[in-house]
Amino acid sequence: MRAAVVGVRMHTVGSIHGAAPLGENGARPLLRIDGLTKRFGGFAAVDHLSLDIHAGEFFALLGPSGCGKTTLLRLIAGFERPNAGRILLGGVDLAPVPPYRRPLNMMFQNYALFPHLTVADNVAFGLKQEGLAKADIAGRVSDMLALVKLEDFGARKPHELSGGQRQRVALARALVKRPRLLLLDEPLAALDKKLRDATRFELMELQRQLGMTFIIVTHDQSEAMIVADRIGVMDGGRLTQVGSPADIYERPASRWVADFIGDVNLFEGRVGDDRRSVEGTAAGRLVVAAPIDAAPRTPVWVAVRPERVWLTRDQPPAPENCLSGTIVEIGYLGDLSIYRIRIADGSRVTAAIANSGRAGERPPQQDEQVWLSFSAEAPVVLTR
Amino acid sequence: MMDAVPDTRKRSRAQKFLLALPYTWLLAFFLVPFLIVLKISFSQGAIALPPYTPLLHLGAGWRGIEEFLAGLSLDNYRRLGTDPLYVLSYVKSLEIAAFSTLLLLAVGYPIAYGIARTPRRLQAVLVVLVVLPFWTSFLIRIYAWMNILQHDGLLNRVLLAVHIVREPPVWLATDTAIYIGIVYSYLPFMVLPLYAVLEKLDQSLIEAAADLGCPRWKTFWLVTLPLSSPGVLAGVLLCFIPIVGEFVIPDLLGGSRAPMIGQTIWMEFFGNKDWPAAAAVAVVLVCLLVTPIVVFQHQAMRAAGRS
Amino acid sequence: MRRVTLFNVLAIVLGIAFLYLPIAILVIYSFNASRLVAVWGGWSTRWYTELAGDAAILDAAFISLRLAVVSASAATLLGVLAALALVRLGRFRGRLLFASMIYAPLVMPEVITGLSMLLLFVAVAVDRGFWTVAIAHTTMAMCFVTVIVQSRLIDFDLSLEEAAMDLGAPPLRTFLTVTLPLIAPAIAAAWMLAFALSLDDLVIASFTTGPAATTLPIRIYSEIRLGVKPEINAVCSIFIVVVGVAVLSASLLAKLTGARGTPARP
Repeated sequence: MRAAVVGVRMHTVGSIHGAAPLGENGARPLLRIDGLTKRFGGFAAVDHLSLDIHAGEFFALLGPSGCGKTTLLRLIAGFERPNAGRILLGGVDLAPVPPYRRPLNMMFQNYALFPHLTVADNVAFGLKQEGLAKADIAGRVSDMLALVKLEDFGARKPHELSGGQRQRVALARALVKRPRLLLLDEPLAALDKKLRDATRFELMELQRQLGMTFIIVTHDQSEAMIVADRIGVMDGGRLTQVGSPADIYERPASRWVADFIGDVNLFEGRVGDDRRSVEGTAAGRLVVAAPIDAAPRTPVWVAVRPERVWLTRDQPPAPENCLSGTIVEIGYLGDLSIYRIRIADGSRVTAAIANSGRAGERPPQQDEQVWLSFSAEAPVVLTR
Repeated sequence: MMDAVPDTRKRSRAQKFLLALPYTWLLAFFLVPFLIVLKISFSQGAIALPPYTPLLHLGAGWRGIEEFLAGLSLDNYRRLGTDPLYVLSYVKSLEIAAFSTLLLLAVGYPIAYGIARTPRRLQAVLVVLVVLPFWTSFLIRIYAWMNILQHDGLLNRVLLAVHIVREPPVWLATDTAIYIGIVYSYLPFMVLPLYAVLEKLDQSLIEAAADLGCPRWKTFWLVTLPLSSPGVLAGVLLCFIPIVGEFVIPDLLGGSRAPMIGQTIWMEFFGNKDWPAAAAVAVVLVCLLVTPIVVFQHQAMRAAGRS
Repeated sequence: MRRVTLFNVLAIVLGIAFLYLPIAILVIYSFNASRLVAVWGGWSTRWYTELAGDAAILDAAFISLRLAVVSASAATLLGVLAALALVRLGRFRGRLLFASMIYAPLVMPEVITGLSMLLLFVAVAVDRGFWTVAIAHTTMAMCFVTVIVQSRLIDFDLSLEEAAMDLGAPPLRTFLTVTLPLIAPAIAAAWMLAFALSLDDLVIASFTTGPAATTLPIRIYSEIRLGVKPEINAVCSIFIVVVGVAVLSASLLAKLTGARGTPARP
């Protein structure tokens, strides 16, 4: 039943509280984490963290090593006990529930396949614990192995499989129990690049097909951007921003997030009196399209993504948002090239230009004098 | 029971049971006996059953305890200090243990090093070969040497045949025979800890040293040897401490002219039936060995924790 | 790439020769028709047939075997419990004392442990015999078992247990279906070691045994104190062969059933 209240997907710009109180259907979140804290000695691995995860979404916990994302996952799975806060799954407090009774499953980073059991026995392990009939178990196991394309591997032992195959067995073993929530701890980290790219899309398809809720932990930001419906960026045990990949990328909440996700140019300055410009930056006075939500004279940073920076040989007509410099480095990546330009104050600005190979155009060369410019819509003003 | 949480205050009943059984066993059959040895070392011999006095009669109440304490004395220890037989025995034991440990190191290190450098598949086979004799009886292996070292045994016959000597030398009942027996029996205890450390040695460190200009012997001295020191320490302790108290080898291969301390304890106990004296000798031996034992325990616990 | 030098090869060959030569000689001389070692009287199995009729030695062998089985089993049980406690219980009160009591017997001279245990039995006025030796052997062997099983447990991948629990297996079932099968080879090896230690022990058995429980090593020792005897060579040879076969087949078995999970192909 659709809720009477229209559920609004709130843009969580600058929001560190991942609670979107109403999902798309106005339903209660599947997983609610409330003020969760986990300390190891004096060190808080997870620090008063709150987050809502909705049924059917593919959520990514993204952050550098040591930010607490794996600890958070283990808290949800039940392998660590929190010092404070609650975890509610479908409204039920998980605190008194031991890990072997939680209706969720985890796919371990090192796969944790039982070396003394065959692939089929590995996948069947969880079903055996549920006390199902042998015939039922066999049926579900073969269905699941077919789903992950390992039909003929049932009798093999884990050490006879390749890395990618073992990963699929681990996935099958976790999925066969049809958990309400699947936790994946860096599932693609051990695979080589080509396999990783292919498996990413397979995971997304699988999640959509089965209609399950996935929480994936990763340090690879492009992975998070590709697979996730929403991303929670973590640092130092806290969520710094939660939002869709586009939100995070286009409207980062802080310099840290802006720099962590992709590449970014940062210009430091003060809010102008008209609150539509930033003054005193290395690029002079910068004009922004949206009004700045800060008082004049406040110190801020202006973030501009490299792909929004235009590179021209002649000075652009508009006087704002442009500066000149010398190309000091060129990185050719095939589909695009990264240019590092030294500007007047000695700092570097990065521009990313697609190599569209327009006929007759000579690409910019090393040590060439160029003009950089960007539109007023390109920058994001950050107060943190 | 397999809780991943490190320092939880609640301990399930299963966990307590896990611990209680071996703990009480060791307390009862390892610690308590030691205390009894200590007590008896303060007692005096008696023609009685048991052959020592005083006995503690708990039923006699406080007076019984007083009488008991009055009967204790330091006589046994005084005898240890004054009678040269004992002092000589201790000294000889420490000497033999120290020298044979060095021999074991000299013989065992090349073997362990050699095995560690062979291809992996061969290593397992070689380790089994080195360890296999250890599984056959200790007694049997010493007996095997008795066969060889006899006056008309194989060694002398070979030496005579090759004309290295004119008269067959006497091997049995000498210190040399003891050394041969000790090195033979304890070799696996030296080789295995050394091998365990050497096979984990990062080959790239050796190559880095060579790349930086070290000749082979220098690389060994500056890189391999220091890095293998935990193995050396483990092997040395694993050999030295029990060798000090060895009985079978000096008894069968050595003479009784200058007995090692293990023989002394045996003689006092079974020969003279002087249990308190034997106990006192044992207590002093433990005191002598306390430092290396504690070092060994510390090493072992640290190694176990580090892995 | 490890280069094996001539020195390495020489060290290994000489070392192994040194270890096996005495045993080989002993076995060869058990077939010596002549009683004297100095004289080779030709091949003969008379000592073996004499051995078959020697009731004293056969009794002692039987006692030793029973003793070894009993004490190895008890030691393995206690040792596994102790290893689990040391590895999984983290810090607990009395841990230092416990660990010390585990590691000390590994190096303590046997005359001391034998003497102390005998004095215990005397103090509580227990008749010495089969069971006192069994208790003594169990105590000595359990420390070796603990060390072996402990090192296996330390290397044990805890994520396997977590995975099992995540899939719904409560702690006891996790232990029985995942942990135990994977540490079983170490437990088996530990049992074998405890068995060998008991079978082989002279000193501790001498201290703690009673009139009716003469073990094989005690019997052999009393014979060889007086000199080399070919019948003893025969006993020893049998022993060596039996043990050799057992250890080799155990190693082969271990190799064939595969390790606890070798790394996958890339």
